[in-house]
Amino acid sequence: MAKKSVCLYFQVHQPTRLRLYRFFDIGKDSHYYDDFANRTILRRIAQKCYLPMNQLLLEAINKSGGKFKVAFSISGSALEQFERYAPDVLDSFRALAATGKVEFLGETYYHSLASLASESEFMHQVVKHSRKIEQLFGKAPVTFRNTELIYSDSIGAQVYNLGFKTMLTEGARHILGWKSPDYVYSCFSEPKLKLLLRNSSLSDDIAFRFSNRGWSDWPLTAEKFIGWIKESEGDIVNLFMDYETFGEHQSADSGIFDFMRALPEFILRDPSLEFVTPAEAVKKHKSVDTLEAFDPISWADEERDVTAWLGNELQQEAYNKVYAMTEKLSIVNDPMLWSDFGHLQESDHFYYMCTKYFSDGEVHKYFNPYDTPYEAFINYMNVISDFQIRLDEARAALDINDEIVKEEAPVKRKAVKKK
Amino acid sequence: MRVLMFGWEFPPHIAGGLGTACYGIVKGLAYNGVDTIFVMPSASGDEDQSVAKIINASDVAVDTVSTTVDEFLNRVKFVHIGTNMVPYADPEEFSRLVEEDRQRQVKDFSISYGQKYKFSGKYGANLMEEVARYAMVGGTIAMQHRDEFDIIHAHDWLTYYAGIAAKELTGKPLVVHVHATSFDRGSADQIDSRVFAIEQRGMLAADKVVTVSDLTRNIVINKYGIDPSKVVTVHNAVDFSGRENLEIERGVKEKTVTFLGRITFQKGPEYFIEAAAKVLKRTKNVRFVMAGSGDMMNRAIRQAARLGITDRFHFTGFLRGMDVQKMFALSDVYVMPSVSEPFGISPLEAMRTGVPSIISKQSGAAEVLKYAFKVDFWDVDAMADDIYALLNYPALADFSAKMGYDEVNALKWNNATAKLKAVYQSVIK
Repeated sequence: MAKKSVCLYFQVHQPTRLRLYRFFDIGKDSHYYDDFANRTILRRIAQKCYLPMNQLLLEAINKSGGKFKVAFSISGSALEQFERYAPDVLDSFRALAATGKVEFLGETYYHSLASLASESEFMHQVVKHSRKIEQLFGKAPVTFRNTELIYSDSIGAQVYNLGFKTMLTEGARHILGWKSPDYVYSCFSEPKLKLLLRNSSLSDDIAFRFSNRGWSDWPLTAEKFIGWIKESEGDIVNLFMDYETFGEHQSADSGIFDFMRALPEFILRDPSLEFVTPAEAVKKHKSVDTLEAFDPISWADEERDVTAWLGNELQQEAYNKVYAMTEKLSIVNDPMLWSDFGHLQESDHFYYMCTKYFSDGEVHKYFNPYDTPYEAFINYMNVISDFQIRLDEARAALDINDEIVKEEAPVKRKAVKKK
Repeated sequence: MRVLMFGWEFPPHIAGGLGTACYGIVKGLAYNGVDTIFVMPSASGDEDQSVAKIINASDVAVDTVSTTVDEFLNRVKFVHIGTNMVPYADPEEFSRLVEEDRQRQVKDFSISYGQKYKFSGKYGANLMEEVARYAMVGGTIAMQHRDEFDIIHAHDWLTYYAGIAAKELTGKPLVVHVHATSFDRGSADQIDSRVFAIEQRGMLAADKVVTVSDLTRNIVINKYGIDPSKVVTVHNAVDFSGRENLEIERGVKEKTVTFLGRITFQKGPEYFIEAAAKVLKRTKNVRFVMAGSGDMMNRAIRQAARLGITDRFHFTGFLRGMDVQKMFALSDVYVMPSVSEPFGISPLEAMRTGVPSIISKQSGAAEVLKYAFKVDFWDVDAMADDIYALLNYPALADFSAKMGYDEVNALKWNNATAKLKAVYQSVIK
């Protein structure tokens, strides 16, 4: 009997938080970021999560003789912050890459919602991210995971056209119906693109419930967890989660690191189980069916849709205003503007404006630097207003330059004549 | 002539416009030869003592009011009774509850008899209690100084009971000054009946009622049923002495249209947003700013987002100190679309800064400002027209800025208080 695969994938992302940007700053100050908060938070998470967890994984891979494998997706925004504030973290990811047992996935560079907004902007960011990953870790990604696992049929087709063979997404109940997430599926509009679906129940047992003493299965042990993996009927169990789960969302004293040290040992000791990376998974297991997703799905909230970012009128307004600038930006084509434009697209900014405070309010509040969605919106739109001014000025400067080129010539000739 | 005046706040520590107005009035009265003893619940000691003798009610022990607290309570009949009414209680039960409440009050006030009471002087949860205690202390102060004044003047409902107590105990005439009514604080179905009752009692007990505008005078006559012959309008003025206009470097090149004030129902924020959307349809060369905060702010943000104008429509949140003047200095047009505004000082500030102003006809300021543009608060088309005209026709903007500047500089408290002095004279026997 074929072994059942376990695929571990971790999402690494840090938003570029905005500073308090007031109306009075518009047109006067174009530095938008809270560098202090960004550095402080990154350093804290590096100490609590990235550095110890990378070390743990490296040891586990070495100890297993390469049988233990994991996959990462690291956003460009997070990579930039590592370069700036925590090069030691980047080194530890490089050390993991050097084992050859870690797959780095592709995504949008800025962890953005571009896949929903603009095909060209989406492509631009995916290519930018692939280059960055290749430059840092020596290998261009072949598997794709979109921001927050956002996926639809049309996004799947775009991703395939960008050269990816596999894509990760959520095992959302409303698209699966009676089907199990524990098989390989293929994209409805582009069947050559294989899909790996998150097992949300088992993933959330680690990511959300691990330290919850009110949970009937607390405490979670590796034995218990492996039992659940083996109970599932499919070919593969996909455990996808935020990397910050380890040491940040679930603190070290919850025992999360001990659990993660034990898990690979227990799995590898069991003859019916093995680890795979996403790229290996689709080679090993055949697709059992196509999966249709007309409307976009994601891994967020109870609804597993995109309403966490685009659910209310504030979010839609901000989103429309941002993506309305795409065309003008490509005409101006200024690297500084592109960079700010990218950071302003990070999905987190839209997440902060979410007003769904009933079912998932706890999670939203945890990740939110603003007291209210309204404050988040005001601050964001003030920044966007300044950005628009810069963009319009750059656009106007292009026209003036054209005119100068045309007008300068006769002036010069006159000067020559005088001589 | 000498006046005993009951206020709630006085600069420099003020939360609203009442303190600023009181300061202007006291100063103007001094100019007109009227001496003022100004009583306030909680003075800090850094108030300007050169214009009035300030008495801090928190420093005064209640002792000379009357021989029994019971008698005092009967005279002033505190609102306390009935505030804790239990619905569906039968008549017997109800009268028992009222009696219980009265007993409790007698006990409470007995304790404070001969003691000082530390007022917060703010607008907090125990406001009603402070208002009642202020009346008690006010009566004491009036008796202690009974030979030092000819008339009593009380500002807004917070001080009316103190004014009534002072009148009852000294027999001197009382003028109550209406800066705002309950109808300016909430829509008609949200009137606080306790506040309304105090306002009405004060107006009925007064020998003259002074209102800050004819708009307010009409409300006093029609909604509170006060005899028109004793209600007199004295329009507010504004004191700009020692104020230089700021020179601010602008960050945005577009013209700026500003709303500045509490974002509440009475201020009409939604009409400003609708008008902004209409203007933005015709010209992009403009930005709108809504400065301030309030219970309608979140609704206003959603409205602007729905209209898709938030890259041109900005919210600043609550502005403090110099930021207010900075905001005026950055503005090209000021709009006050109030649904109900007893007077409204903000357009005067804007015009003093050289900013042409559009104000609603439903504001007291509209009665005195010839050079402000006046529209009905609900007429967003007219509002949009005026904004557009002021943005695009420089001759119009320059003219109204210049004329408006001269106009507001001429609105002096010295003139307003001369009128007030005449009101005093009419009731002093």
